[in-house]
Amino acid sequence: MAGSFISRGFRGRRREDPAVAGRVPPGQYVTPDFPVLSAGPTPHTSPREWDFTLNGAVDPVRRWTWEEFRALPRDTVTVDIHCVTKWSKLDTVWEGVSLDTLFAGIEPRGAFVTAFCDGGYTTNLPLRDVLDGQAWIAFAYGEEPLAAEHGGPARLLVPHLYFWKSAKWVRGLTVTERDRPGFWESLGYHDYGDPWREQRYQGD
Amino acid sequence: MAGTAVPGRLAWQLASVAAKRQETPRVISLRLESDAWAGHLPGQHVDVRLTAEDGYQAQRSYSISSAPEPGVLELTVEDIPDGEVSPYLTEVLQPADRLELRGPIGGYFTWTAADGGPLLLVAGGSGVAPLMSMLRERAAAGSDVPTTLLYSSRSWDEIIYREELERLAADPTLRIVHTLTRSHPADWAGYTRRIDAAMLAEVAGALLPGSLAYVCGPTRLVEQVATDLVTRGYPPAAIKTERFGPTGG
Ligand SMILES: Cc1cc2nc3c(=O)[nH]c(=O)nc-3n(C[C@H](O)[C@H](O)[C@H](O)COP(=O)(O)OP(=O)(O)OC[C@H]3O[C@@H](n4cnc5c(N)ncnc54)[C@H](O)[C@@H]3O)c2cc1C
Repeated sequence: MAGSFISRGFRGRRREDPAVAGRVPPGQYVTPDFPVLSAGPTPHTSPREWDFTLNGAVDPVRRWTWEEFRALPRDTVTVDIHCVTKWSKLDTVWEGVSLDTLFAGIEPRGAFVTAFCDGGYTTNLPLRDVLDGQAWIAFAYGEEPLAAEHGGPARLLVPHLYFWKSAKWVRGLTVTERDRPGFWESLGYHDYGDPWREQRYQGD
Repeated sequence: MAGTAVPGRLAWQLASVAAKRQETPRVISLRLESDAWAGHLPGQHVDVRLTAEDGYQAQRSYSISSAPEPGVLELTVEDIPDGEVSPYLTEVLQPADRLELRGPIGGYFTWTAADGGPLLLVAGGSGVAPLMSMLRERAAAGSDVPTTLLYSSRSWDEIIYREELERLAADPTLRIVHTLTRSHPADWAGYTRRIDAAMLAEVAGALLPGSLAYVCGPTRLVEQVATDLVTRGYPPAAIKTERFGPTGG
């Protein structure tokens, strides 16, 4: 029934620009803005207090201070991002440290990770989705230090999943043997969140 | 995923437009009926999906502004010039038309009478929609949780739900404070500027145990108010925010 429904009189104004055909997942539209979405106030953590930890089912546990983290090899990446609230933003430019660099020399004993953050936010991902050049801890956006409202000092960047997985204000990853729903995932959002399969909510 | 129970899919449902009400020159409310609608928690939203004849689709989120009720929900929509979905909802859609939606969505930005307070609600423009669901629920439940609504609008004529808010404010435990940021009636004695820290200090008063704050509107307002509330001593976990869009109110 719902499959063949047509909205009387709707023609649509923001049809896909042929130049970006194939880059916009179903149900998404392209925006030049960078909307902000968070569930609460923006934490303001100074780099002096910031560190990044890999813990849980890993050997050894690792921790980097801001200085140590910023001394690691960095990548500049240009990626498309897709927010579950329907906007996509194309060709965003980020600078960050690849998760491959952070996991080098570490033996994970679980197949999942939970990102944890200032402000208490968490999100869960399969470990294989953050390795092999698919994820970064980003500290700059558009050649500027990452603004606090967009997740600074640093956020996770996993552009192939809906953007709530790219946790703002990230402070570390906990490797787990079982997939444990994070903040939004416990509130009905999808555990995996593939925008190309439109996995917005549980059961999608 | 292995080991996790998969609750029922949030299926698309066809609601019919039972009524359409002009709230302000740029804002309408839609009363929607659907047998499949089980009710919601105040603060939650729905996804609306429009489909053109050639199959092109557009989706957007809209907060539910009515009190929870099986079979019925209301949305309040501001007409965004050059927008794709909001002008359709405000100008094209009419009573007896049908609208595809799914929900309710979002389990964090929610309040029911059982959550208590004191409650501070801060709204900019159409950001009042989910807060109105909370106020309507509060009235329907007969709750006397001390509640303040601080509501920023551009002008007197752009105050959404103005008359209903006046009626609700007869309740001595509910205080409603408006600020009019662009223009105001000649005899207006209230605030005439954007919400700032000084205004929050005057309106919110002393922070009491159990205080909860809900802030909804354009990003700039939400960022500012949430940060000011943290400075005033609100625990970050007691401040819940929802951001509608880049600009506005
Ligand atoms: C959780 C959630 C709940 C929401 N609840 C409501 C609600 O109750 N009522 C409501 O009216 N809207 C609500 N919104 C906003 C709504 O989803 C749409 O973004 C809005 O209606 C604009 O969609 P559009 O298709 O008309 O414009 P688009 O075609 O998406 O955008 C057109 C232009 O307008 C700009 N724009 C987009 N949104 C706004 C805005 N809010 N103010 C000013 N400029 C804007 C865009 O940047 C763009 O340049 C909510 C959004 C979210 C994420």
